[in-house]
Amino acid sequence: MASTQQTVALAGSRCEGCGAVAFPPSERCMHCGVYGASRIRLSTQGRVWAYTIQRFPPKSPPYVPPPEGFRPFAVGYVELPEGIKVEAVLDCEEFTDLDAGSPVSLVATEPVPRFATVSHQGEAV
Amino acid sequence: MPNVAIVGVGLSRFGRQPDKSGRRLAVEAVQQALHDAGVAWPDVQIAFGGSDSSGLADTLVSDLGLTGIPFMNVKNGCATGGSALLSAMSAIRSGAADLALAVGFDKHPRGAFDPLPEEWGLPAGYGEAGLMVTTQFFGIKIARYTREHGITPTTLAKVAEKAYRNGSVNPNAWRRQPLSAEAIAAADMVNDPLTRYMFCSPGEGGAAVLLASPSAARQLDDAPVWLRAAATRTRRFGSFEVFSPAIQGTGTPSSVSSDAATAVFEAAGVAPCDIDVAQLQDTESGAEVMHLAECGFCEHGEQEKLIAEGETEIGGRLPVNTDGGCIANGEPIGASGLRQVHEVVTQLRGRAGDRQVSGRPRLGFTHVYGAPGISACTVLER
Ligand SMILES: [Zn+2]
Repeated sequence: MASTQQTVALAGSRCEGCGAVAFPPSERCMHCGVYGASRIRLSTQGRVWAYTIQRFPPKSPPYVPPPEGFRPFAVGYVELPEGIKVEAVLDCEEFTDLDAGSPVSLVATEPVPRFATVSHQGEAV
Repeated sequence: MPNVAIVGVGLSRFGRQPDKSGRRLAVEAVQQALHDAGVAWPDVQIAFGGSDSSGLADTLVSDLGLTGIPFMNVKNGCATGGSALLSAMSAIRSGAADLALAVGFDKHPRGAFDPLPEEWGLPAGYGEAGLMVTTQFFGIKIARYTREHGITPTTLAKVAEKAYRNGSVNPNAWRRQPLSAEAIAAADMVNDPLTRYMFCSPGEGGAAVLLASPSAARQLDDAPVWLRAAATRTRRFGSFEVFSPAIQGTGTPSSVSSDAATAVFEAAGVAPCDIDVAQLQDTESGAEVMHLAECGFCEHGEQEKLIAEGETEIGGRLPVNTDGGCIANGEPIGASGLRQVHEVVTQLRGRAGDRQVSGRPRLGFTHVYGAPGISACTVLER
């Protein structure tokens, strides 16, 4: 499992002019407008910046429910040490585990970024 | 800069009207504005207008009359009405016209705002994963805000309660049934902390405003309402918008509403504390709470006390969304900004009937906000 976690990372970019970090990676910096950014691997650990709970099944298509059927899930933004906040599906035991800036780790990058609380990853292992 | 007068306002009915097209609602609003100003369509020298999804405004000439005037289409999301108004104001100020029309309209079917990831430049995965849901954005933004600034779920319910109450005394509103804060709070949760009754719905309606130069206004109206200033802005770096894979920058996101409000207050030469009646974008009740602070009417977190004490009610110190706002009138994207102007003009004229703000309000403010990070504001004066 440790090796799996190390290989999972989100690709971002860092502006060579002003240092602004982008996700998804971008050629042109949205802060200073210049071209030229280096690809970086974003941190895989962060804190929940804010979240909501998707209480009803989103419209299908485009939503593809899991094989076991729709269950309410948490979606929000994870603040990374780089300062950028990345939108992600958030895995947890109880939704309240996500309150108050809980630490979370990246567990998947596709189809969208997915982070999980420490206790939930423990369960998964 | 030369003053610009509002000499006529018009509004169609809002809410579902299966027998009428969006264009029909626009024509009704324009005719009402012409009647209100005491002019006829051939008197209008230039026009600006648009809808988000109900067609082009310049085609309205086939219903209004083929007078040959320039008619510019505006398509600027929630800022469509504001951009049309700003353009009409500029036409008057430049001397290009003495009488100018701004019109906005829309007719959205139920569940109209179901966007596809490709339309937003996002990978298909965002749709598969269930993230192309507009209401998630509002839930996440207000969830962060309530935690940071101590806003309670009761306050969110009270904002919606006020919207339905104001709608109940507005004969033109879509939702005219009062709802208690308890019922609103207990309704199905859509995206925490927002319940279904805290959201506006896609709707139908048209709104029109006629602007005039001071010399033309003098002949029409001995006490017109003046458009002191109008401003529109797009988002700056680091803002938080719907369908964003990330919020860039560090710290607190920037706010396009703050930028537009700051610009309009500066241009008008007045401050938020001078405003007697305001219209703020209330896509859901959390939006009204946040926009109170983003537009400068209070400090972040002060809303909790302000709303508990009824300061934003029709009888309060700063009445907000006196016509019931988007929550009670629905959201026809192209029409909302000019509906707000219509309501403030009606209040400043003292003709708002059962929902009239007392104490003869003199200065009014309007604000819209929408995807993908645009805002339009006005300051109006009697
Ligand atoms: Zn840069």
